[in-house]
Amino acid sequence: MRSSYLPIAVAVAVLALLPLGTSSNTTLNFLSFALIVALAAQGWNILGGYGGQFSFGHAAFFGTGAYGMALLQVRFGINPWLALPLATLLGAVVGAAIGALSFRARLRGSYFALVTLAFAEVFRILANAWGFTGGAAGVLVPLRIEAANMQFADRVTFYWLVLACVAAGLVLTQAMARARFGAWLVAVRENEEAARALGVDSLAVKLRAITLSSGITALAGGLYAQKFLYLDAGIAYGSWISVEALLAPIIGGLGTVFGPLVGALVLLGLGEATKIALGHALGGAVPGADLVVFGVLLILCVAFAPRGLLGLGADVRRLLRRPA
Amino acid sequence: MNALLQVRGVTMRFGGLVAVDDAALDVAPGTITGLIGPNGAGKTTLFTVIAGFQTANAGSVAFAGEDVTALPAHTRALRGIARTFQIVQPFAGLSVRENIAVGAFLRHPRRGDALARATAVGEAVGLGPLLDRPAGALTVAGRKRLEMARALATEPRLLLLDEVLAGLNPSEIRDMLPVVRKIRDDGVTILMVEHVMQAVMSLCDTVHVIAQGRMIAHGTPAEIARDPKVVEAYLGHGAARRLAGGADA
Repeated sequence: MRSSYLPIAVAVAVLALLPLGTSSNTTLNFLSFALIVALAAQGWNILGGYGGQFSFGHAAFFGTGAYGMALLQVRFGINPWLALPLATLLGAVVGAAIGALSFRARLRGSYFALVTLAFAEVFRILANAWGFTGGAAGVLVPLRIEAANMQFADRVTFYWLVLACVAAGLVLTQAMARARFGAWLVAVRENEEAARALGVDSLAVKLRAITLSSGITALAGGLYAQKFLYLDAGIAYGSWISVEALLAPIIGGLGTVFGPLVGALVLLGLGEATKIALGHALGGAVPGADLVVFGVLLILCVAFAPRGLLGLGADVRRLLRRPA
Repeated sequence: MNALLQVRGVTMRFGGLVAVDDAALDVAPGTITGLIGPNGAGKTTLFTVIAGFQTANAGSVAFAGEDVTALPAHTRALRGIARTFQIVQPFAGLSVRENIAVGAFLRHPRRGDALARATAVGEAVGLGPLLDRPAGALTVAGRKRLEMARALATEPRLLLLDEVLAGLNPSEIRDMLPVVRKIRDDGVTILMVEHVMQAVMSLCDTVHVIAQGRMIAHGTPAEIARDPKVVEAYLGHGAARRLAGGADA
């Protein structure tokens, strides 16, 4: 029973030791960024992967977490160690509100997806126009390198902080998957009518799922704000994070504990590698090359690995075992 | 009479169509009660109203002496009303055991307890060897058993069976009858919609007949089989007299 947490411990240990081999700031920045996306994707996976409610607008939660983190510090002078949980909470509240509006209206499938997309776009436009959020100029979190200020001289420290959050996300997902709530959430995904007949309050289950989901994604947004110390509406509420948060679990494995992490590392790793390779070959940066890779990966996954890389791995293992 | 389920004056309209018209029925505790009627008579509609999946335009449903008319389906399940679906609705991506456990979680919040309960219920309905198979891989007969197992795992006092025998071959039906009887003997009251008359005759203590949305008769299976109104509902106007006339000649 406890052994189901062993793979998480191993994966986290490997990721913790990974940066010790390198002193390159570029590599560390990339790894931190990839883990932040993985965390945002873990949030999406709870609602989308386990709950079957596909959101196209997790940017709404990521951005709320990011702006919450930045503005609580800049406008209210709150310490980042307190601002981060507050920003997470803020994202969860926004998620609960959007969930209450759309699930009470019985939106599902593409209708739910479109409504979440619309919310994220509205937030982006508002954040871009409103003076409080810095408008189009964005918000700059002042540089003050102190551990008490969640700004570290060594980039590895922040990487480990992000990793700790990812680890917490993995443990939370695993615990949820084994609990009654997880079983009910999957039942609602598979067949909502049948779940209701078995005493599952499907509305309450979906509301809990979107609250948890948006909280985790908002935490990722908060970490993003603190990592780069700058935000504008296009970054925080941009569709890039909505897309990456849903592509990572689809490519890694929907509704699995490790799917978002594996998917994010593969997705961003290949995207980055392509950008570097093309940059060398053509002698200059090729903007958008990584998006082409994302598209190709998505098509390959849908065609050949509908259960994602983890599902593909399980199939291959079974095939190899059969002749023996 | 102290009925476990009391349905009074239920009317259900879909636009201009009256699917159920002023229906009333009682289900006595510890019995197997049948609900029969020709195709399109309103049996399944009445079921969905009793289970709380649709709100009737008029009428009331009382369960164990309490009015449950306004309660949603999941709350009725918690009170002890469980239903199966005529068109089976397995959670296709889950194993048979996990399917049943979803029901068992209602009264057993801990995973270990729920899985143990699911195993016990699965074995009781004859799904023992299939518990670790994906539910999507079951045969029709297996899926019907899974429907019953999942509903039973919620530990209901009243089980609503919607055509659990439809689509089964005669030997599968023979296998299923003792399972249904055993559920009743274990203390679960059953209300069943069924088309397979041989099953209704052998299982049910009381039968209610619905035709064109109206309750037209109720009584023991033997009484029902002789009732001219019932014969006419199935075979058409005047059929009872013609049959009687044929027997005299």
